[in-house]
Amino acid sequence: MMESLLKLHNIQTHIGQFHILQGIQFEARVGEVSVLLGRNGAGKTTTLKTIMGLTPASSGSITFLNEEISKKPTYEIANTGIGYVPEDQGIFAQLTVEENIKVAMRKETSEAFERQEYVLTLFPDLKKFWKKAGGNLSGGQKQMLAMARAFVNDSKLLLIDEPSKGLAPIVVEKVMEAIMEMKKRTTIVLVEQNFFMASRIGDTFTLIDDGRTVHTGAMNELISDDAMKHKYLGIG
Amino acid sequence: MKTSNLVSKYHVLFLIILLFLIAFPFVADSRTLTILFTQIFIFSILAMSYDILLGYTGIVSFGHAMFFGIGAYATAILLNTFEPTIGVFIGSIAVGIVLSGFVSFLVGLLTLRLKSHFFAMLTLAISGLLLVVAEKWRTVTKGNDGFTFRAPDIFKDRIVFYFCVLACLVIVFLILRRFVQSPLGRLLIAVRENEQRTRSLGFKTLHYKVIASVVAGVIASLAGSLYAVSLRFVNTSVMAMDITLDALLMTIIGGVGTLVGPIVGSVVIEFAQHYLSGLARDFPIFERWIIFFGIIYILAVIFFPKGIVGSILQALSKWKSKHEDRKIFALEKDKEHSP
Repeated sequence: MMESLLKLHNIQTHIGQFHILQGIQFEARVGEVSVLLGRNGAGKTTTLKTIMGLTPASSGSITFLNEEISKKPTYEIANTGIGYVPEDQGIFAQLTVEENIKVAMRKETSEAFERQEYVLTLFPDLKKFWKKAGGNLSGGQKQMLAMARAFVNDSKLLLIDEPSKGLAPIVVEKVMEAIMEMKKRTTIVLVEQNFFMASRIGDTFTLIDDGRTVHTGAMNELISDDAMKHKYLGIG
Repeated sequence: MKTSNLVSKYHVLFLIILLFLIAFPFVADSRTLTILFTQIFIFSILAMSYDILLGYTGIVSFGHAMFFGIGAYATAILLNTFEPTIGVFIGSIAVGIVLSGFVSFLVGLLTLRLKSHFFAMLTLAISGLLLVVAEKWRTVTKGNDGFTFRAPDIFKDRIVFYFCVLACLVIVFLILRRFVQSPLGRLLIAVRENEQRTRSLGFKTLHYKVIASVVAGVIASLAGSLYAVSLRFVNTSVMAMDITLDALLMTIIGGVGTLVGPIVGSVVIEFAQHYLSGLARDFPIFERWIIFFGIIYILAVIFFPKGIVGSILQALSKWKSKHEDRKIFALEKDKEHSP
């Protein structure tokens, strides 16, 4: 069995008066793509935000590389080696593609520039629009830029939130291929509504329902379990 | 190639304006206009400093006048206390800068953790507090009555002072332009656009906001020092909310986050103030010039929501983006059709 990289144990998260996460458990192992699945509002995005410290956990533990990170501020969590691609991509609209990537590059080392070259081979469109303002990019290009920005640092873990959301099928295909490539270099936790995409990329799955982990296992198990898919995802 | 052409066009425009401003006092024999231009330069420096906060970092401060006031009082008190020489004048600017830097650092550290509207209110409160201190500490500030003081003899010639302020404006503009184009400046823009996202990229945004606050405070203090010398008088009005509002309006009307915009904004506002109030001599209705001034503000915000320079830059950026897209697609088509 592969080494555990990230472990969430009984995570409870409140946003204002609402109790959003009510016991999330899951584990991401080195080199795997772990997919968080569930209906809208189940708590998948909040789980990623909680890992990043954007909506801090009220209780429970999050260990990354055997270190407790649930009480750390967001910037420290990012500096431990976690890259985050939010649902809304969070592109800096006024900065060019180049500047968006350079801002994200915490240290301008030769390794960082090597990774930059690598992401530009994954997303050649970004090279074409290198001097274009982030706000003038299409939805697909913004998604690519958001992923490139997270990958340009030496992230041991990438959290990617709904990369296919609102994209044309042809672009989804490109994004999926890029994630498959990234998987060779890093561990990925993916939130995805598109089950077709999730099932092709994911090694393991965690089903979240009403803020709780209800099932976790190998992706193949879920693919063959129509009853579970129907019950928690409304498909099959 | 195109970009370098565009850059050189900006440089040429910059040089033409600079040459015009250098030649102006010799060509136009108008003391009033020379003084008006000097005021414009001073408020341009203040508005640019505010643009670092509002335009580049997304911080709304209602207390920016306190730094302007610190600079004005530092210069006025030192020139009043010691022999008014150039050395004392430069020393007083340095004292104002150090004091403003220290106060802006403290204020930034204490308040920038707060959400923007709380921060704005707290800066208003701290600025109000300093204003009260200035009013009550009469032995030093002479309170609301203020005091006159002697400026260095060389500044008795208005043209010399005009060039001194113009030089300060150019130097501050070049330094701030360098600052906003540096990696740190880009990071400030990132903070303005999406602070949460910048934090999740691994940056402790508070540090960068405090740096912006200190830079803005220091530059505002320089503007305050020059302002005091231009009037040879100082009272507590240099710390009043009106100064902050002027800087805010100059920045908004000119175009936030452009650096050139605040200069354009201060030209528009200073000229509008000057001519609208001047019209009252012929047309009594202009005794209420402030109403027309308000109408100009409203129209500017309706028709140029991004400010004058901001709107022009936005249109240029859209045009450039479309032009580049077309070029890229044409290149791709050529590649497809080439054997």
